[in-house]
Amino acid sequence: MELYAPIIGLGLIAFGFAAFSVVMSAVVGPKRYNRAKLDSYECGIEPTPQALGGGKFPVKYYITAMMFIVFDIEIVFLYPWAVYFDAMGLFGLVEMVLFILTVFVAYAYVWKRGGLEWD
Amino acid sequence: MTSSSASLFPRLAEEGGHAVPVIHQVPADGVFALLWVIIALPALGAAIILLGGGNRTKGFAHLLGCATVLGSFAISLVSFFALLGRDETDRSVGQFLWTWVDAGSFRADMALLYDPLSALFLLLITGVGSLIHLYSIGYMEHDERRARFFGYLNLFVAAMLMLVLSDNYLGVFLGWEGVGLASYLLIGFWQHKPSAAVAAKKAFVVNRVGDIGMALGTMLVFATFGTVAFAPVSEVAGEAPTATMTALGLLFLLAACGKSAQVPLQSWLLDAMEGPTPVSALIHAATMVTAGVYLVVRSNFIYDYTEVAQTAVVVVGTVTLLWGAIIGCAKDDIKKALAGSTMSQIGYMMLAAGLGPYGYAFAIFHLLTHGFFKANMFLGAGSVMHAMNDDVDMRHYGALQKAVPVTFLTFAMGYLAIIGFPGFSGFWSKDKIIEASFGESTLVGLCALVGAGITAFYMTRVMLMTFFGQKRWEEGVHPHESPKIMTVPLIVLAALSVLGGLLLFGDFVTDWLTPAVGAVAHHELAFAPWVFSLIVTVVVAVGVTIAWLTVGRNEVPRTAPQNVSFVTRAARADLYGDALNEELLMRPGDRFVTGLVGFDDKGVDGVVNGTGTAFAGMSGTFRKLQTGYVRSYALSVLSGAVLVVVALLAVNLT
Amino acid sequence: MTTLAVSPLLSESVGDFTKPSIEYFDLSPLLIIIGVALAGVIVEAFVPRRLRYVVQTLVAVVGTIAALVMTVFVALGLEPRGDNAGFGAIAAEGAIAVDGPTVFLWGTILVLTLISVFLFAERHLEGGVTAFAGQAAALPGTEAEREASTKGLEHTEVFPLMMFAVAGMLLFPASNDLITMFVALEILSLPLYLLCGLARRRRLLSQEAALKYFMLGAFSSGFFLYGIALVYGYAGSMNLGDIAEAVSGTIGADPLLLGGIGLLAVGLLFKVGAAPFHAWTPDVYQGAPTAVTAFMAACTKVAAFGALLRLFYVGFGAARWDWTPMIWVVAILTMATGCVLALTQSDIKRMLAYSSIAHAGFILTGFVGLNAVATPGTAELTSLQAVLFYLVTYGFMTIGAFAVVTVVRDSSGEATHLSRWSGLGKESPFVAGVFAFFLLGMAGIPLTSGFTGKWAVFTSAWQGGAWPLVVVAALLSAVAAFFYIRVIVLMYFSDPVGEGPTVVMPSVLTTIVIAVGFAATVALGVVPGPVLDLAAHAGQFVR
Repeated sequence: MELYAPIIGLGLIAFGFAAFSVVMSAVVGPKRYNRAKLDSYECGIEPTPQALGGGKFPVKYYITAMMFIVFDIEIVFLYPWAVYFDAMGLFGLVEMVLFILTVFVAYAYVWKRGGLEWD
Repeated sequence: MTSSSASLFPRLAEEGGHAVPVIHQVPADGVFALLWVIIALPALGAAIILLGGGNRTKGFAHLLGCATVLGSFAISLVSFFALLGRDETDRSVGQFLWTWVDAGSFRADMALLYDPLSALFLLLITGVGSLIHLYSIGYMEHDERRARFFGYLNLFVAAMLMLVLSDNYLGVFLGWEGVGLASYLLIGFWQHKPSAAVAAKKAFVVNRVGDIGMALGTMLVFATFGTVAFAPVSEVAGEAPTATMTALGLLFLLAACGKSAQVPLQSWLLDAMEGPTPVSALIHAATMVTAGVYLVVRSNFIYDYTEVAQTAVVVVGTVTLLWGAIIGCAKDDIKKALAGSTMSQIGYMMLAAGLGPYGYAFAIFHLLTHGFFKANMFLGAGSVMHAMNDDVDMRHYGALQKAVPVTFLTFAMGYLAIIGFPGFSGFWSKDKIIEASFGESTLVGLCALVGAGITAFYMTRVMLMTFFGQKRWEEGVHPHESPKIMTVPLIVLAALSVLGGLLLFGDFVTDWLTPAVGAVAHHELAFAPWVFSLIVTVVVAVGVTIAWLTVGRNEVPRTAPQNVSFVTRAARADLYGDALNEELLMRPGDRFVTGLVGFDDKGVDGVVNGTGTAFAGMSGTFRKLQTGYVRSYALSVLSGAVLVVVALLAVNLT
Repeated sequence: MTTLAVSPLLSESVGDFTKPSIEYFDLSPLLIIIGVALAGVIVEAFVPRRLRYVVQTLVAVVGTIAALVMTVFVALGLEPRGDNAGFGAIAAEGAIAVDGPTVFLWGTILVLTLISVFLFAERHLEGGVTAFAGQAAALPGTEAEREASTKGLEHTEVFPLMMFAVAGMLLFPASNDLITMFVALEILSLPLYLLCGLARRRRLLSQEAALKYFMLGAFSSGFFLYGIALVYGYAGSMNLGDIAEAVSGTIGADPLLLGGIGLLAVGLLFKVGAAPFHAWTPDVYQGAPTAVTAFMAACTKVAAFGALLRLFYVGFGAARWDWTPMIWVVAILTMATGCVLALTQSDIKRMLAYSSIAHAGFILTGFVGLNAVATPGTAELTSLQAVLFYLVTYGFMTIGAFAVVTVVRDSSGEATHLSRWSGLGKESPFVAGVFAFFLLGMAGIPLTSGFTGKWAVFTSAWQGGAWPLVVVAALLSAVAAFFYIRVIVLMYFSDPVGEGPTVVMPSVLTTIVIAVGFAATVALGVVPGPVLDLAAHAGQFVR
């Protein structure tokens, strides 16, 4: 249990900070209401009632999203590796290079086959 | 040699004074080294004809087909005499070919066993087979697929030889399935006739039911004895528990019922007459249908230790011999009448085989004589059909004795043999069975005796309707005698039908079979054997007289009268065997399957659609994605998972 | 591979770190297949379109052969473990077991894969293109689809996808811990989902099949994962050896373990297509391109049964009396479902699908015979051997039969409706004869491999004491014979309906597949000895 104490502490601090920020901004901040303020997003594109093209999201969106996930997860694997980099030596380096190359094969495929072109 | 462990001094298991024989083989040398060729020849013939294709082999297929079987016959004959020259104790010859299956302790060899029992079968199969092959050259002359026909016939002969030559149950099973396949192909040979296709399928499916018995029996043999070869099993058979032996006996009886068309698996044989007539003669009269008898007799070392199974065999045989005989009385189709008679005669053999040491040898003896005279009569029937433009209705025959004299005379020999006219082969063989069955029980004996009377009745009826009386021919039919190639085999078979009884001369056949099935035991009977012969002959005479009074004296109507008694109607409908099968097995099966499919389509979905908002909402969501029924599949997976987990917990936590 | 190197790292992160050791030689078949799959992706990216088909086919064939050769070397180099405990060793820090059964299954899967590649590469039947969609992204029935087909486009991605699936299949039966097993399960499944949806003809049916397979597969993966969690909660380890130790050390039943066994069983039984988890099989087998169906029916089943055997014999062997009743029920249900429902099928692919369900039931019969666990180290025909042998016979028959299905066609593609097969015996006696032979093999007629396979399985089950199950199985195999015979009767004894089917002459590739399937079915029926020996020499699982 003691091992988890720092984690719990960190969690409490994070929660406290978030709560503090939200509450304080509501309490302290100025309150001016107008149409722009009440929109879904204060900035960026106009929200339309439906997505374009009869409610279907363009498939390109999913490709981009999936690419993001692939590289995101790759990064996750890099963290523990980096921590123990010294202990693993050359073995670790070679394995990680292989791993990254593997991911890049997918990247190369998507790139060459036009997955990154939006139109 | 698989049975090197078989001792030289057979341990005699005493049971009712009868020594259950133990098979111990000697290696194959001299002419016996050629044993495998007996099977290989027809197999090669079949391979050449069937793989070469009908068109390429058209010119020589029939010659090749006959040559291979004749070759096998020649080797069988030489081997037979070689075996005759040996001491009685050396008459089991084993030939090891190769190891078929070898995995852990399970081992089955491709090995042959040539002993007095298989020797007789070889002669019957290759001898009668050769004659029927020759006959088929003429019979199938105008069929454009004659080459293929010979290919199938050769395939059949090879499989049948495998069945009787194998030295283990697995090999028997191989031949068993092989003859089933060949029979299926040949019954459906005229595939343009829907009735032939249906008959073929029926034969196959009914036989599969029997095959279950064969397969399970073989497995049980292995599980019990650790081997499937006859020799080691016969050696230790006496040590197995009786219950196991009973189970084995019943399983093999089921197998025998399928292959030999015994009640309750008899229904396919009559339909099988859709095949060409030589097929009916070879497969459905002389050889394949006797495989069941072979199996029971070969397994004597099993049946001798189980009275229950023996009794079951006797019951099956007795019921079938009456059943077939009654059917035979009502059929107007000459081939079906003969088929009913075949069923009945095999019933006699089964009955004899069920009598154990009192009957084994007589079962085989009757099997041989029946092979001669029944093949003779079937081929005779084929010859008559040949003359009558392939009409099979006996009501369209009549007064043919002048038109086809050779056929008539040879058929008459077969007729006299089957009814048991004194001196003819059937007299000797059937007499012995009836005598032995009286020793078993008076009831069984009476049934067998009555069966003989009925046999005399219906065979006389066939004889009278076909060859005597008035001409009732269809218009434009001009009967003519068949060509030499067909009549010569008839003459040979007729001669064998007359003389087959000689096998019993000096007790030759019983002594000969002693090493394989044990010595013949005799009951103490109330009368002397000759009194029995007299009684049987009287009963037969009564049957003939009744037939003469009812059929011979009166005009035979050209169409079958419809206002007949219940008994006749039942007999015409094969004693409702098919209707019974249909009601008891097919209909419920059909309904069950339809129900299951309906449940799959509607039931599972219905549950989903009808189970309130939760599932309705889920199915609504999924429907947008998919118009199929993946939801019901998922539900079945879920329910399966619940089932699995509940089953696990319920079994283990209570 | 790298993920495998890292995963033990995560579990040992507390304490001193030691560098993991990877047995590259032992794992070489697996590594080669993964390399081939990656190479396929690179080919797809950089090789010009017109060359891709040839290059992809070559890469796949050469890679598979190389993996096969390495499998042989690995097999020859397996070390005995002493006291009859089998051959081989645990590799990759306990994640993968390279033992006799593993190598046997690897060999089987790779040979079946090799002939499946030929089936994938067949271009003759569709007039110069493969049987896969020209452009999978184009909606069916749209202009884009027509354009793709007039341009003669084809997806050569099927080859790398197939190789990824094979990588999963190789890893699946070799996995020695539950996480590796799960990863393998997903690696083998995901490409298959995609492949199912790539048919050139009847695309809606194909896409429907893919989606169904995907959804149900994901559903069953969930069960599997939950099962892993429960077993981990019970044993405190993912490793099969540790689980086995925990199981044998327990007295009495533990709900955690029983629940875990049940849920893991669901995941695996789903993959092998056992009832009541079989519902996807007919739909997917029917909708998927026939080449994929053949590959899937043969290889997936081999791999999944391998994993099932390892998990239950190694991991839960000591608790066998707890789970055998459950498998009994499933086996009977599976055989009954397969045999009975096949009777009324009117589509040849659906019929073969139900037949494969029935075969799964027969294999389960052998599996539950438990002849291996009961008496280790004796020379009996063990359940493991029997099942391994059955898988080989089944794989070849199935691929052969589906290969025949691809060549019987009419104007709309493959003529899969049974009524279209009537009279095939007259139209093309040779093809009908070969198909009839495969059917007879599946029905278990002697002198075909189907018979020896059934024989082996039933015998071992009988010896293991499961004789009532064997009786049921024998009865149902008689029922099964009926629907196989029905097709034979249809082909030979019925007149063609309408124009009747035509048999398109395939290229040498499909011919090879059919010939190999046929030869294997004959050879394993007549002289099954060598392969049975091989299965016997595979010995037991190590842990």
